[in-house]
Amino acid sequence: MEQKRHPLFIPLIFVGGLIFGFGLGFSHMARPEVVLNFLQFEDFGLLFVMGGAAVVTAIAFALVPRLFDRAPLTGDTYGRRLKAFDRNVLIGGAIFGVGWGLSGICPGAAYASLGVGNVTILWALAGMFVGAYIQGYWRSQRAATKSEATSAG
Amino acid sequence: MVTELELFVPALSESLFPAGISRYAVGGLLVGLGAVVIYLGTGISAGASTFLESTLSYVSDQSRFQRYVSSRDWRVVFTLGIIGGAFVYALTFQSGVVSSGLYESGTTGQLYDLGGFSLWLTDVQPWRLFLGGILVGIGTRIGKGCTSGHGVCGVGSGSKTSIVGVITFLIVAVGTAQVVMALGVSP
Repeated sequence: MEQKRHPLFIPLIFVGGLIFGFGLGFSHMARPEVVLNFLQFEDFGLLFVMGGAAVVTAIAFALVPRLFDRAPLTGDTYGRRLKAFDRNVLIGGAIFGVGWGLSGICPGAAYASLGVGNVTILWALAGMFVGAYIQGYWRSQRAATKSEATSAG
Repeated sequence: MVTELELFVPALSESLFPAGISRYAVGGLLVGLGAVVIYLGTGISAGASTFLESTLSYVSDQSRFQRYVSSRDWRVVFTLGIIGGAFVYALTFQSGVVSSGLYESGTTGQLYDLGGFSLWLTDVQPWRLFLGGILVGIGTRIGKGCTSGHGVCGVGSGSKTSIVGVITFLIVAVGTAQVVMALGVSP
């Protein structure tokens, strides 16, 4: 990185991750069984994990941009997480849904699962890297082909 | 006098939430708080799945991964933080060293002892984790986010894209889990 970062940038990211991971452990979302019990309608508690987290971020995303101009550690303005909608959101979401429903684990919860001692989750993490690589390889190749076609045309 | 409602409501709550709601709600608030701490300090809406691609940029030159080079170091730190935070939970509440009325220990999986602390192992079969993991890796990256990026930060931002994304993966995941259960695959 050329850009000089605030010395507290990395420590703050770590502290945020610690709280995030502790919450995933405490809520039992780091346990695939608990996610599967939710998806199989045996325990709806997981709604409170996602709902509780979204309520907290919603309050922050609504208030922080009005109260402060720029983030102290980056100098960036406060934005919201808005991404453009296209077909990929549906296709990717559906593929993710099949994987989540089969395994009971998503990326953040998988990292936390490792933290609670679940070494078996390395299977899921290995799978996630394989999956991310497959789509990244494919999309990189496709982008390269497209730009070649454009420059040739 | 006990009315029917007084009998019905606890019974319904017991069947919908057999482990109560407090551990879920408290855990969820902490997940949100972790995301907010990062947002307050840096303006970044952190998601967990970009780490998969940004970390691949260390070993692959593919353009899709190289675009994340500038954020790959802090994403590693974020992930190490998540692992560390869950480990702190394991050493405290999971091990029973610290307890609270808000925390309900579970019956899922298996606890094992390491140096006097309780660690936890899943019973879910490795093939499910691996195959599911591959689909999670493909889907979250094509779909522009996962449970934390779309589900926590995106929904918290009121993003319609994220709300549609969450509804999509929730419905498909419920359908998949129901089919897997109906086929008798367990755990």
